[in-house]
Amino acid sequence: MTASAASVRAKGRAKNIFSSPIASAAAWIIAVVWTVPTFGLLVSSIRPEKDINSSGWWTFFSNPNISFENYQKVLFEGTTTNPPLFQFFFNSLAVTLPAVIFPITLAVFAAYALAWFDFRGRDTLFFGIFALQVVPLQLTLVPLLQLFAKGLQIGDVTIIPDLGITGTYIPIWIAHTIFALPLAIFLLHNFISQIPKELIEAARVDGAGPFTLFSKIVLPLSVPAIASFLIFQFLWVWNDLLVGLTFGAGSKEVAPMTVRIAEMVGTRGSGWEVLTAGAFISMAVPLIVFFALQRYFVRGLLAGSVKG
Amino acid sequence: MHLYDLDILLMEALGFYARINFERTKMSTIRSRFVAIGATAIAASLVLAGCAASDEETTTAGGTTDTGDATVAGCEAYAAYAGNEGAEVEIYTTIIDPEASLFIESFVEFEECTGITINWNGTQEFEAQIAVRVEGGTAPDLAIFPQPGLLASFSDSLVPADADLTASVDANYTPDWKTYGTADGTFFAAPLGANVKSFVWYSPKTFADNGWDIPTTWDELLALSDTIAAEGNVQPWCVGIESGGATGWAATDWMEDLMLRFQDGDTYDAWVDGSLPFNDPKVAEVLAEAGKIIKNPDYVGNVQAIATTSFSAGGAGVVDGSCAMHRQASFLGGILVGDYGATIVTPTDTDVEGGITTFYFPGVSADNKPALGGGEFVGRFTDSAAAAAVQLYLTTPEWNNVKASLGGWFSANKGLDTANVADPVNKVAVEILQNATLFRFDGSDVMPAAVGAGTFWTEMTAWVAEDKSDKAVLDAIYASWPY
Repeated sequence: MTASAASVRAKGRAKNIFSSPIASAAAWIIAVVWTVPTFGLLVSSIRPEKDINSSGWWTFFSNPNISFENYQKVLFEGTTTNPPLFQFFFNSLAVTLPAVIFPITLAVFAAYALAWFDFRGRDTLFFGIFALQVVPLQLTLVPLLQLFAKGLQIGDVTIIPDLGITGTYIPIWIAHTIFALPLAIFLLHNFISQIPKELIEAARVDGAGPFTLFSKIVLPLSVPAIASFLIFQFLWVWNDLLVGLTFGAGSKEVAPMTVRIAEMVGTRGSGWEVLTAGAFISMAVPLIVFFALQRYFVRGLLAGSVKG
Repeated sequence: MHLYDLDILLMEALGFYARINFERTKMSTIRSRFVAIGATAIAASLVLAGCAASDEETTTAGGTTDTGDATVAGCEAYAAYAGNEGAEVEIYTTIIDPEASLFIESFVEFEECTGITINWNGTQEFEAQIAVRVEGGTAPDLAIFPQPGLLASFSDSLVPADADLTASVDANYTPDWKTYGTADGTFFAAPLGANVKSFVWYSPKTFADNGWDIPTTWDELLALSDTIAAEGNVQPWCVGIESGGATGWAATDWMEDLMLRFQDGDTYDAWVDGSLPFNDPKVAEVLAEAGKIIKNPDYVGNVQAIATTSFSAGGAGVVDGSCAMHRQASFLGGILVGDYGATIVTPTDTDVEGGITTFYFPGVSADNKPALGGGEFVGRFTDSAAAAAVQLYLTTPEWNNVKASLGGWFSANKGLDTANVADPVNKVAVEILQNATLFRFDGSDVMPAAVGAGTFWTEMTAWVAEDKSDKAVLDAIYASWPY
């Protein structure tokens, strides 16, 4: 009782502190300072190349000179060896959608099992998964790539054969899924384990088996957490360069947009005006996803935090 | 538990705490929207996949028709590479557009005649990714290494050069180039493009108006500088070494160039790998020679201002005629044209205002012609006949001439005809490379980073800016060398 009263008081105090005009002003300043560079990028992207190279983006307001040439160049100009960006846009979609759906699907099942099935070694297993988040993904690049390219042999025994999937989307999907699972399971587990026990028990009494329980109770109730992880994972995969570059094995057919954008600047960095437009094209989709799902985002940040 | 508590605190403090809402109605709307988004996305990706596929078909179809038209003439020259129809060879490289397109263009005839498809795969991430790809078992067929040091670290995975390639490189390149493609005593990688640093930029008009001759030895260069200084109208040299965080690198190029002139190749190598101490009398001799120009106020005006003049602005004096000579690599031309209104001319164009060109930074004697520069090397990772054929083809005078005639590029290939090199500066560069008695890579790039990208820069800057003595400079660099 006392603890919760104290927490209510603390909440009230925090509310007062953060709704004061000074705090609001500070929040506004931070917001503006953080937005200015992006805004400058946006302004640069609609200026002609000559202007970009000769003056700063802020001079745009005294000398407005709008041109969509950069966007035109980025999206549609290209050769057969260096296709225009819009083709890579589709590669990005083809990489991102499965790489978001796979880990979420697996993680929901795993989290459900870890939270509501009582089996031996459950806590150790959960702790192991949690601990895996610590492993930097850079460490796994080479071994994973070897696995995809050559399979796995120990001595003369083939454990995983050479699947011949190098240069396709499959290694990228698998890699993203592997890297996402620890956090996804952790996040969803903490959320799913918060579902009131009474609810689950009531359903059991009504004759629900494990799968009905999952599909009728657990899944609908965890949508906020799933949505928030979906945003996280989508942004991460969409903006990823390293995994796409490495597991795409240098193939242009599967390279995501980030790989192409990194090259657009040219050998000597002379083409940076097209980068501004490229950056905004690549930003468009994450922005849409974010705004479409943003109301779950704040809830999602809380996912797993309310274990009391 | 700690983690959770922290989270709660944080959230409450931010006032963002929102109760998780379990209302059924909301749930169902969310669910249906999810399904909608998912369905649209999948449908879109399917349509797109279809588009991409049909695009490819059209391009290949176009390509095949072209081949049909052009194969008849001139394919005899490619007989040596026959027998690899349908093979694909990936070239992994740092070279991306706009240069990459010219490379691809130069392969067209080869591809049509041999049936080998060359996949040019350029990425800025090359230097980090090549190790991952080789270790991970997805090594490219051919890789273009921008520096010999990187090449040497792959000596376990590269396929040693075969007899044909060795013979071609022996015939077409000087031994120094072969040495740079060799690691642990095995020759692996064939030279590709080159760049040259041993240039003095000047204006043919200024030289002609004043009746000066191009010097061919170091002593003539100093004598010319004296003459110009005595006449007093024009400052003999412009020197600038400012380059932001890399200030001083331009001065290290002076040292390297003179090291090759006053010492021999072995001494240069010993100096670069650290077996010759940095404060050795041989190095001191070179620094003293550099000081004859850089630290002579009669030649360069205000010595201290060198440290604050940017390496590109240093060349501007040559364009407007306020100074006579400027020592810098070939890339400076582009900067002077772009930013200072210069025009690149041939040495015989003596009436172009603002026209600039280069002469060879002379050796100690007329027959001492070392060259400082750099280049790329093509290493092979797969044991395939098609990849070997491409690697061999890139060393032939035929390909080098085709590539050079497309512009903006040259190599050290002895069969490269300067008539195919349009740019007057590149033409001089090719002559320098072909006549070079000695060729060495930029030493500061190969030295340990603490020196090559550290004290060598800063101490050379102090040498001019603070008038630090030769001995103090060399002792300081010596002390910083990680032996």
